[in-house]
Amino acid sequence: MRKIKPESITQVIKKSLLKINYELEDSFVITLKKARDKEKNELSKSIMDDIIENQDIAKKGMNPLCQDTGVVVIFAKIGQDAYIDGDLYDSINEGVRQAYKEGYLRKSVVNHPFERQNTKDNTPAIIHTSLVKGDKITFKIAAKGAGSENMSKVVMLKPSDGIEGVKKLVKDTVFNAGGKPCPPIIVGIGLGGNLEKSALLAKEALLRDLDDTNEDPTLNELENTLLKEINELGVGPMGVGGETTCVGVKINSYPMHIASLPVAINIQCHANRHDEVSI
Amino acid sequence: MIRLIPPISNDDIKTLKVGEKVLITGTIYTARDQAHLRLVKEDAPAFDLEGAVIFYVGPTPAKEGQVIGSSGPTSSYRMDELAVPLMERGVKLMIGKGDRSKAYQEAMRKNNATYLIATGGAGALLASKIKKRTLLMYEDLGPEAVYALEVEDFPCFVAYDVYGNSIFKGGTDG
Repeated sequence: MRKIKPESITQVIKKSLLKINYELEDSFVITLKKARDKEKNELSKSIMDDIIENQDIAKKGMNPLCQDTGVVVIFAKIGQDAYIDGDLYDSINEGVRQAYKEGYLRKSVVNHPFERQNTKDNTPAIIHTSLVKGDKITFKIAAKGAGSENMSKVVMLKPSDGIEGVKKLVKDTVFNAGGKPCPPIIVGIGLGGNLEKSALLAKEALLRDLDDTNEDPTLNELENTLLKEINELGVGPMGVGGETTCVGVKINSYPMHIASLPVAINIQCHANRHDEVSI
Repeated sequence: MIRLIPPISNDDIKTLKVGEKVLITGTIYTARDQAHLRLVKEDAPAFDLEGAVIFYVGPTPAKEGQVIGSSGPTSSYRMDELAVPLMERGVKLMIGKGDRSKAYQEAMRKNNATYLIATGGAGALLASKIKKRTLLMYEDLGPEAVYALEVEDFPCFVAYDVYGNSIFKGGTDG
């Protein structure tokens, strides 16, 4: 057994949240610049210019990229030979608390659907745990804004709807969302499992590297086709029309009931704030 | 490109056409979900609604020495219904992001008002155009409180105009 101190969990979570709220990954900035260069009209180009200038100002001044610094989502993959000398959930939430306070990040969490009192420290994070081999803990971390989350959905399709049904649902969802989820977006899709499993698959799909390749050839092809067809919708940056609506489609799947085809669509805005760290 | 100085007149509104870039210099007011719920019930808000510009924003906390934290627009559709009574009382420009309902657009045209978008997610960039911030109402709402912001060349785009045009591709528009 390898002992992991709760303080070290708090520290990695805090450090990661401060970093992702101030700066985008270099590779993602390159993706955004390529998207800007593809735009043909002044308006769409001008919006992409704002987005690119914004990440520059944010990074240099250590200011949040976006005022919606999100709800923190964590996937903790815990090695079964790791021993956490304390409470995992408390140590993660302490990292969130410290990052959002010391980093001047907005506290966007309210306590109750109707009371809606701000918890004042952006806790609790939404934490998903799973057991894996080994003695490490790997955290996938995201700061997820509401603009894009609010445009996400789960739909239970019929198995006979098949691949065409999935494509139509995804394209309709992106088109109807328009500029609201802050395009250029990334679309995470969860296919299969059941109601809650599909939503988790979609969220985790959003955390994949943009330039990775799906190991399932059918899903890989579907990712590429959907990316192309979504961009043909012409929604464009912030919904004002243009060449780039989406910079990545990622699909994760899981076996399901013979009678079901659950589809979860989770949308990520261009403030694509996520990280992966191991301890 | 059009430059505007609030308060906004009916003549100003006539000059605004979809897709044009607008730079605002002067005072604008922040208000989003909770502030709208309260504002519509106020007989005498702490600022003049006539010709007013409302910016849908909930900024991050300001660091020491900063006027304001990151200040990008939030999604406007959540304020569609509550914006109508404010337009009836004189609000002329609303700044947010994303498309809005048909009912909102009709009310906007009926009241000679216009909807602008600022680039969503560009919170750090837009904050650099805000020169002063004064708390006016609802301090208990934290980031959702109503502030008067003094802005300089605050960049927006006309999203719906009074001539029936829309900037948006996609969206549900109601």
